[in-house]
Amino acid sequence: MNISIIDIRAWMTVLQVLVFLGIVWWAFGGSRKKRFEQDAMLALDDDDLKGREQEHARHR
Amino acid sequence: MQEQTTYNYKVVRQFAIMTLVWGIVGMTVGVLIAAQLLWPDLTYGIPWLSYGRLRPLHTNAVIFAFGGSALFATSYYAVQRTCHTRLFSDALASFTFWGWQVIIVLAAITLPAGITTGKEYAELEWPIDILIAVVWVAYAIVFFGTIAKRKVAHIYVANWFFGGFILTVALLHIVNSAEIPVTLWKSYSAYAGAQDAMVQWWYGHNAVGFFLTAGFLGMMYYFVPKQAGRPVYSYRLSVVHFWALIFTYMWAGPHHLHYTALPDWAQSIGMVFSLILLAPSWGGMINGIMTLSGAWHKLRTDPILKFLITSLSFYGMSTFEGPMMSIKTVNSLSHYTDWTIGHVHSGALGWVAMISIGSLYYLIPRLFGRTEMFSVRLITVHFWVATIGVVLYIAAMWIAGVMQGLMWRAVNPDGTLQYTFVESVKSTYPFYAIRLLGGTMYLSGMFIMAYNTWKTVVGSKAVDAPVLQPAAAH
Repeated sequence: MNISIIDIRAWMTVLQVLVFLGIVWWAFGGSRKKRFEQDAMLALDDDDLKGREQEHARHR
Repeated sequence: MQEQTTYNYKVVRQFAIMTLVWGIVGMTVGVLIAAQLLWPDLTYGIPWLSYGRLRPLHTNAVIFAFGGSALFATSYYAVQRTCHTRLFSDALASFTFWGWQVIIVLAAITLPAGITTGKEYAELEWPIDILIAVVWVAYAIVFFGTIAKRKVAHIYVANWFFGGFILTVALLHIVNSAEIPVTLWKSYSAYAGAQDAMVQWWYGHNAVGFFLTAGFLGMMYYFVPKQAGRPVYSYRLSVVHFWALIFTYMWAGPHHLHYTALPDWAQSIGMVFSLILLAPSWGGMINGIMTLSGAWHKLRTDPILKFLITSLSFYGMSTFEGPMMSIKTVNSLSHYTDWTIGHVHSGALGWVAMISIGSLYYLIPRLFGRTEMFSVRLITVHFWVATIGVVLYIAAMWIAGVMQGLMWRAVNPDGTLQYTFVESVKSTYPFYAIRLLGGTMYLSGMFIMAYNTWKTVVGSKAVDAPVLQPAAAH
């Protein structure tokens, strides 16, 4: 059986759709809910004003 | 060598300030060429001030000088803070700053001189293209090197978007810039005919998709939660958002070539993928805006949040409009008219520039040892001037564009054209005046920002914050 470049392209498309559906399943899987909630806090658990005195809002 | 204990804020400061400078330069050129459309003899026929040469200067300056510097600044900041480590290499980071500035200056010299490849958004000639590739690879090394030495297990979603943007732009630039040099300042594309057009718009649309979208979504996923003080609405949606964009954006380019020599099936694929793109685009927009859910009151008092959230509204608008315009029948009306210009600027001024401005207002005080800008009220003024400016601009171009499209296709009962081209130009005239007003307002907002930044920076000390240990949970 000859496999042409067209066949390879078609199967690549199918493969990519399956990979994407796998990612959706992985992201929304119930057992990983907590882990992603923690990951979301990564940016927030970081005080980038640490040690600076809060200025009073000046409305000039 | 002694262990470094601070973040590299120096390169972030450099890029942040230059974002402001290039924003003003690029938008000033934009206002000038908008005025030329109103008064064609404005620059006395001086060749290097002619519309044809200044227009690519405007697009290059706002996209790559202003937008590019904003992306460098914000990605270097976010990647350090979320990886809890200093940039991978200070020397290489410094090289990306100076290299990028040299590229911009070379663009500002060669484009008015009439030196161009003629490929839209890729006009720069081959020696500059090589320099861009070198600087970009250095950028990738600094960015991914920083991720590699992170002190936390997880790579925060903003870094995924920044990383995707850096990798893809390298690929796009190198493939589309394949060219055969003839002299120092003249080259020919390595591709020919319809293939050249397809490669060009594969590049061109992905410049929009990855430079102007993925990169700025990285900004959104870092600065919106930071300024709102709340985590992303749905982190899981952000994961799917990222991969959905990566899987679909690459295929949308052919919609720039509807009804051309490009094979019909390729045009249809471009249209279908553009329509699919509506889903991830709106998923991302909703994710960003809903981050404020439960804290909407902050929007009333915080002008930085106003910038960030309004930018997302414009993102939603332009990513709805884009897929609609990619439908062939709609495109037959909209293409080659000012509707396209309106669409681009709703994305560029509304989304890209506003999210950058919001992020810069967040960054600048932090880079200079302050907690907020010199004047919060001036940020509010800037916000309203900019918003009214964008609305005037895009509304004028929408009306002008649809009008042009309808006039060009109107036929008499005997099949002859109802209007000459110049009649459509004449009808467009008042809308060019409104566009100039809108653009001028947007530019004046940038001057307000420059003044506010000046007052914030002068008398403040450049501060490099210490590297913090990650919180226990990470």
